[in-house]
Amino acid sequence: MSTETPRPDITSRPTGRAARERMYRYVLLLCAAASILVTVSIVVLLARDAITFFTLVNPVDFFTGTEFLISRNVYGLLPLLSGTLLVTVISAVIALPTGVAAAVYLSEYASDQMRSVLKPGLEILAGIPTVVYGIFALVYVTPFLQAIGLPVNTFNILSASIMVGIMIIPMVSSLSEDAMSSVPDSLRQAGYGMGATKFEVTTGVVVPAAASGIFSSFILALSRAIGETMIVVVAAGSRPRMLNLSDPLANLFQGYQPMTAAMVQINSADSVSQLGFTSLFAIGLTLFVITFLLNLLSNRIAARYREEYE
Amino acid sequence: MTENEMTSNDSTEPTPTTETAASSPDPSGDPLIEQSIDVEGTDATAGETGKPVIESSDLNVFYGETQALQSIDLAIPEKQVTAMIGPSGCGKSTFLRCINRMNDLIDAARVEGDLYFEGKNVYDADVDPVALRRRIGMVFQHPNPFPKSIYDNVAYGLRIQDQTENIDEKVETALKRAALWDEVKDQLDKSALDLSGGQQQRLCIARAIAVDPDVILMDEPASALDPIATSKIEDLIEELAEEFTVVIVTHNMQQAARISDKTAVFLTGGELVEFDDTDKIFENPDSQRVEDYITGKFG
Repeated sequence: MSTETPRPDITSRPTGRAARERMYRYVLLLCAAASILVTVSIVVLLARDAITFFTLVNPVDFFTGTEFLISRNVYGLLPLLSGTLLVTVISAVIALPTGVAAAVYLSEYASDQMRSVLKPGLEILAGIPTVVYGIFALVYVTPFLQAIGLPVNTFNILSASIMVGIMIIPMVSSLSEDAMSSVPDSLRQAGYGMGATKFEVTTGVVVPAAASGIFSSFILALSRAIGETMIVVVAAGSRPRMLNLSDPLANLFQGYQPMTAAMVQINSADSVSQLGFTSLFAIGLTLFVITFLLNLLSNRIAARYREEYE
Repeated sequence: MTENEMTSNDSTEPTPTTETAASSPDPSGDPLIEQSIDVEGTDATAGETGKPVIESSDLNVFYGETQALQSIDLAIPEKQVTAMIGPSGCGKSTFLRCINRMNDLIDAARVEGDLYFEGKNVYDADVDPVALRRRIGMVFQHPNPFPKSIYDNVAYGLRIQDQTENIDEKVETALKRAALWDEVKDQLDKSALDLSGGQQQRLCIARAIAVDPDVILMDEPASALDPIATSKIEDLIEELAEEFTVVIVTHNMQQAARISDKTAVFLTGGELVEFDDTDKIFENPDSQRVEDYITGKFG
């Protein structure tokens, strides 16, 4: 038998194999590097135009200015930040508890049958184009809020934020559910073995064990809310406004212009000064830094979470 | 685990434990003892048996179509160590999980027959499995401390039962009884996951005994541990039997011989073949099948 099958000669090496292997390596490297290159060039270009802006407008005035009026060349970030902050906070209030509760249900309580209906449902929610959410906010949520007696304007931050919140629920619930499902079953058994009820096992064992995963889902969802554009462009109005700290509730009923919406407006305006145009990049860079820091934080937390069960 | 099993299979004459009588001071006049005599395989040695705290009668368990336990009659004496041995899949863990109704958590599991805890059938409709598990603690095969601090692990049961009075004291006592206090007293705030496997398992024992249960069920508690950690757990189990009824499932026959007062031998198919004093089982079992299993001829 050994005489019939030729044995490979261990000293033979097909010509060109090393070169081909090298080529595969570099092609793959190029693909992997492409996304980084694009990101880096975006940041560089953002920074370059933002620097042009900051040579003309004092950064201190920009970051502490309480008025944003392109027509008068007044560029204060705080009114835009107010809008972004409101959207983030209100949508978080809606999405975080609901998302975690949904995740708890899916991970701990739902039957397989129920889960097979609910999970795709949540995924559909995540697939709706955000402009649809925006129009829904304007056409249905705002009239509904008016119908239940809230003094909301036609364009208001509340209905936009409600829709942003609904939009990010699937993100919170799906990432939180992953975190809870990866809690080892032996911990649940330990809880039940101690005479804990299902709710006690869920709240006292599963959720704390998944806490960092849940927390990192919060941060990703928040950075999504901060960056959300279409909903606020459609439903939150186009007036930059400072947060009214003396009457916090009234803030909800007015229109605001968050940072993303302001950028859209500047970009699509008919005539805008060179300075007005470069302010786009200053706002964009600020937005990028905020979400970048949040993502960094989320990665940190997720990394620590992975360590826990190693 | 496999190491120990191998050695026990090799030795044809396992050394039986010698201190069975020490932990059973109960007077023989107790009427409840008579019941334990009825149990299969129990002979005249009933005089030194504690009164039964757990008794099963015609207990059958099914997982879907498969029958995991066949009509088990067994009486587990109070404040002694009862070992359940047998090959994999013989139903010994299933029996253990019937006692505190952990099988309730498995959808496919179905229990028929009676299992009495202190005279009350735990499968009666009015029995709350949550309350039952507060009386019957459990220690699992793999150490499973919660990803919380050492202190919070031990305090867990006390907190869910609202027994937060003198909680520091109770935590300390439990850790001392679990022979872990000296190793962890300066780092109670440290994560339990930073402990070694053997320490984690003793922590799980501390967590189980902190709420002062009547019975502690142990499902191969040392099988994931190295020999030194195993021997610490074994010493601990013998001490625990002074205050608690201990039921331990083990693959390791030498371990059963070393630490238990009573031994139940389950063989494949979920059948309880023999239940008797550990000395008797290991020295002179009635059943040929048990003798073959003990001496390593099969299983």
